[in-house]
Amino acid sequence: MKATAGVDWCEVVDALAEKHDRKPHALMGILQDLQMEYGHVCPDAQIEVALALGISPTHVSDVISFYHFLCSEPKGQYVVWLCQTISCDMADKDQIAKALSDELGISFGETTGDGLFTLEYTNCMGMCDQAPAMLVNDEVHVSLTPDSAREIIAGYRREGGLG
Amino acid sequence: MGAQMVLGPYTPGAAIDAALKMKRSDVVVTVRESGLRGRGGAGFPTGTKWMLAAAATGDEKYVVCNADEGEPGTFKDRVLLSDHADLVFDGMAVCAYAIGARKGFVYLRGEYRYLLADLEATLERMREENRLGKSIAGKDGFDFDIEIRLGSGAYVCGEESALIESLEGRRGEPRIRPPFPVSAGYLGRPTAVNNVETFALASRIMEKGAEWFSEIGTDESAGYKLFSVSGDCENPGVYELPMGTSINELLTTVGAEDAVAVQVGGASGEMVTRDAFNRRLAFEDVATGGSVIVFGPERNLLDVLENFMDFFTDESCGQCTPCRLGIRRLLNGVRDLKKGALSADDLKMLRGLSKSVAISSKCGLGQSCDTPFASILDAHLKGVAQ
Repeated sequence: MKATAGVDWCEVVDALAEKHDRKPHALMGILQDLQMEYGHVCPDAQIEVALALGISPTHVSDVISFYHFLCSEPKGQYVVWLCQTISCDMADKDQIAKALSDELGISFGETTGDGLFTLEYTNCMGMCDQAPAMLVNDEVHVSLTPDSAREIIAGYRREGGLG
Repeated sequence: MGAQMVLGPYTPGAAIDAALKMKRSDVVVTVRESGLRGRGGAGFPTGTKWMLAAAATGDEKYVVCNADEGEPGTFKDRVLLSDHADLVFDGMAVCAYAIGARKGFVYLRGEYRYLLADLEATLERMREENRLGKSIAGKDGFDFDIEIRLGSGAYVCGEESALIESLEGRRGEPRIRPPFPVSAGYLGRPTAVNNVETFALASRIMEKGAEWFSEIGTDESAGYKLFSVSGDCENPGVYELPMGTSINELLTTVGAEDAVAVQVGGASGEMVTRDAFNRRLAFEDVATGGSVIVFGPERNLLDVLENFMDFFTDESCGQCTPCRLGIRRLLNGVRDLKKGALSADDLKMLRGLSKSVAISSKCGLGQSCDTPFASILDAHLKGVAQ
């Protein structure tokens, strides 16, 4: 994930508009790319997106606020999304939640002090046959146990420490 | 698992080749005669949808594959896109040929982003094989290509008009219908929106004929259906079974003989208890997009209801007041009931509220909330589980 300080948003957004189109229907694609690259879509970037697509900045922030996977405030480098819907819930999701929370020392909705991890719940992610499941950014992890969940976090911690 | 007619081997391009041997109008007739109905859950006749889109006037028309598989307990589209993408994309090309579209979109839910690279590779291979692009399979004037667009985590975008709003770069808030997307969809142009499984089945129908499909299933619900089975069973997974299969038969197949209740159709579906397991999985009995969640005797069904109401509270787009506020009230009511702090009068009021939400909401999210609310509450009060 790239840092947002000192970024020339005009240039970044222009390149994305070139890739996706300069019309309002390109909005989701551009926001998703910014979210992937920077972990959030900051207000300065939102204004450039609005200018590039000929829409209002409030339209852009309105859309960001609607979708679970878009945000305008920074989150951790790795966002852990634990599925809370019924099949995962019945497969002892609460045990996984406790293991994640203990391992990271944070509650759901919080970010670790080093900025590496954010813990969130998500709704049904379509892995019900391999419950419980979670996403870490866009990577899927299934058939979790408290031990495997801790190992997965340790793996990302090593990866993040290197980057 | 199951019949393996839909999920069996497929020669990429076979459906397109079969369709191109027919006139465009005959493709629509074949789909109509097959009796195929939309596999997302609503069950609208696919041939009729294609006929309306073909008849609609517009300088551009679009084909949209709804891969925003968000209904709790559903994952068959994930399996189709993971292992049978050719079947799905060929079905989109067949639809494009039938209705006269040159552009298609796959609206892939953000949770399935990990499939994106493989799906893009499949599309690229199709372009190399002239199954996408200009003059597809040598047919002059048949130009079509597919673009994948991602969702960003919003259940309501599975509703077709909300999906189109999202494609156009807006909040996924359902539109007032009519007009339906077949006449005014993406960018106001005629648009055929179908479920992933519907396109896969359309391919099989091209390949094997309308009769192959219509002979299977029931009079009102033709063909095979993919069921996503999870919860308290030995063998969760995707099962391919004829429409009209009884819940009993399904539960035996998946190893769930001690089930006391099943939720058919996901959070927006109906809970069926053991005494009614002879009911059939078909549009005319227990309708479903394929989600089957199994509950064993140790489950507290109020936990299930709370989980679903929490889900809807979270996923309501907020446009309609009854849905936005009413479902939250239902959720709080269920929590009170669990604590034993709900009077009989309160419960009666909640049942009425649930019906009000259903009749006064604009889209399927609010409209369907009474189905789980009433059926799960009834199952709980019957005392079938803990």
